Amino acid sequence: MELLVIFFGAAVVNNFVLSYFLGICPFIGVSNKISSAFSMGLAATFVMVLTAIVSWLIYNLILVPYDLDFLQYVAFILVIASLVQFVEMFIKKMSRPLYRALGIFLPLITTNCAILGLALFIVLRDYSFVESVVFGVGAGAGFTLAITIMAGIREELDLADVPKAFQGAPITLIVAGILALAFMGFAGMIS
Amino acid sequence: MSSKLSLYKEFTKGIWEQNTTFKQILGMCPVLAVTVSAINGLAMALATTFVLVFSSIIVAIVKKLIPDQVRIAAYILIIATFVTIVDMVMKASYPDLSKSLGPYIPLIVVNCVILGRQEAFASKNTVFRSFLDAVGMGAGVLLSLILLGAVRELFGSGTIFGIQLLPDFYEPMLVMILPAGAFITLGLMMGLFNQIALSNKEKQRKKTIEKYLSTKNSINDPVGV
Repeated sequence: MELLVIFFGAAVVNNFVLSYFLGICPFIGVSNKISSAFSMGLAATFVMVLTAIVSWLIYNLILVPYDLDFLQYVAFILVIASLVQFVEMFIKKMSRPLYRALGIFLPLITTNCAILGLALFIVLRDYSFVESVVFGVGAGAGFTLAITIMAGIREELDLADVPKAFQGAPITLIVAGILALAFMGFAGMIS
Repeated sequence: MSSKLSLYKEFTKGIWEQNTTFKQILGMCPVLAVTVSAINGLAMALATTFVLVFSSIIVAIVKKLIPDQVRIAAYILIIATFVTIVDMVMKASYPDLSKSLGPYIPLIVVNCVILGRQEAFASKNTVFRSFLDAVGMGAGVLLSLILLGAVRELFGSGTIFGIQLLPDFYEPMLVMILPAGAFITLGLMMGLFNQIALSNKEKQRKKTIEKYLSTKNSINDPVGV
């Protein structure tokens, strides 16, 4: 039950993109087409789950016992950067089609604040190992959900007659705002 | 390649012409997340500027020593070091502010504005130019964060920097300090600035046409009219 609360909390109620503003750059940058948005979401989810596992292990097994927790930001960003590199090489070897589908988005994930944010939240909220993994899966699912919905709306938006000054980023932000309002409807689900 | 702009221009270009928020649309996470009030925006902008200026100086000094393949990792490490300093200082001197900014101070590490300036500017220019560029870009961040923070605070709680500005009968719009308000306000502001830029351009175009026509008329060219 506890785990379900964490999962839905991260996925819909406190959606990473729409209520913590993490991962806005890919959310605005890669949400032109549903297919690429979905691939980006999957790639980010994959890295998020791995980050949750590795950063929990590093923080609790290395940094805390040796009293090095002031190094956490440096450690986390290194973990994420190397993890992304590793995942890229692994996918390239294992599955060519998947690599081609995700290829360009993988390096972008390093500077996706949602990933580092995830690691920071895990430390901040003192999650146990299992909770961290569930939190990672939930956050990834939430990111995928938000970016895919956004891409769906933007595909329709291409056909709409938007005033010239609002084309591009401004209208995307306003749509995101309305989407965030809609997601607020989930707020009562978990108290 | 080194930039040929004058030193003054190097500083001022970041404030508006290449404003990171409104023109380049970079580093949006902190812009949207912390601008619940003007004071939060100010603190966040100062922290970002500090990290930006010092990492630009360091990168400009050591740029020749960093191998090309690992430059991004090296930049991120330099940035992360300064972010750790900011975070510790803030936790020690302003615990309340540090708490209200939460994880967004450490998230400066992945702020694309900072990494972007290292990659696009500090790694190619002299120390002094990089310093000016970083201060200018920081000023741009400051401007946009305070602007957005002030607007959201004014409509969301009727105050600016905690000082009551709107009369008591004004019902604060809760949505402005909620996440949705951040997106909508920023979208509207961006649209407004685009509109101003567009109409300025239009005015300039009309002026040029008028000037052209008036010179033609003064020569009294029968075909020109």
